[in-house]
Amino acid sequence: MHELSIAMSIVEMAEEEAERHGGRVAAVHLKLGKLSGVVKEALLSSYEMACEDTPLAGSRLMVEELPIIVYCTPCQAKRELSSAQWFCCPECGTPAPEVVQGRELEVVALEIQ
Amino acid sequence: MTMPRLVEVRKNVLKANDLVARDLRERFRAADVFVVSLVSSPGSGKTAFLEKILTVLRPQCRVAALVGDLATENDALRLARSQAPVKQIITGTLCHLEAAMVQNALAGWNLKQLDLLFIENVGNLVCPSSYDLGENLRLVLMSVTEGEDKPLKYPTIFNSADVAILTKVDLAQVVEFNEEAALANIQAVRPAMQVFKVSARNDQGVGEFADYLRSRLATLRATAIA
Repeated sequence: MHELSIAMSIVEMAEEEAERHGGRVAAVHLKLGKLSGVVKEALLSSYEMACEDTPLAGSRLMVEELPIIVYCTPCQAKRELSSAQWFCCPECGTPAPEVVQGRELEVVALEIQ
Repeated sequence: MTMPRLVEVRKNVLKANDLVARDLRERFRAADVFVVSLVSSPGSGKTAFLEKILTVLRPQCRVAALVGDLATENDALRLARSQAPVKQIITGTLCHLEAAMVQNALAGWNLKQLDLLFIENVGNLVCPSSYDLGENLRLVLMSVTEGEDKPLKYPTIFNSADVAILTKVDLAQVVEFNEEAALANIQAVRPAMQVFKVSARNDQGVGEFADYLRSRLATLRATAIA
């Protein structure tokens, strides 16, 4: 359970950014890959805790979950996986170890008031 | 009340850790030291395996180890029996190692006096996956007593690792371990992953893995010269 420390990093990062832009953070937009090792639900509840007694108290965390996308060499195409348990191209069935998306844990934008 | 405005940020949440990890990686590179981290669930045999590896490598290689645990120095004491320099990192309540802890633990160490450095993470198959420690090679260990489906239950950590080590293979028969299924599960979550089968009790596979590390070290040094 490392979501609380991740949430605290998000709050810290958002505070710094908000200070540069001036204003109060109403929402933080986050991209969360399915292979990031972070669980969305745990992160959302941790975020509320991490915001307490900070200028971000009451702000929302908007999580966009990103599926795993691999590169399939035989198909020469990017393919979305439906599960992290099966790293094979859904079209041709070839094992596809090359992850092109899914590890993201990124603050993409802030809503500032 | 004013309308909220959207400000683009685009920053990795783990940037602070990644920056320290990058610094560490540069330090390791400059010192020509090959760094191996170990992750697994608690009790899968990381420490026993590492003690063996340190002992086997030590006559020819200058090896050292950092070991992370929530509490106690027991593992450092066990690893120190190999005569290699060992330092315990006590994480308190933290469930994983972060790059800054490695940096702190290495304060005062002359990395140039090392060939191989091992970093044993806290026993945990979830949290360590997100944290880069600046290592060259991440090992994920799985013991035959844990069940063949561990890779499917924890795909993220298996996917974040470079090489898998199947431990306690001397017990495989007793626990009716289905090796074929386990290997298939590893390949399902990490195609083409190399797997070593070892036993720290009867030394099976230990020499082979030590050879693998020596060759990785030689490759690192060859590319450093080139």
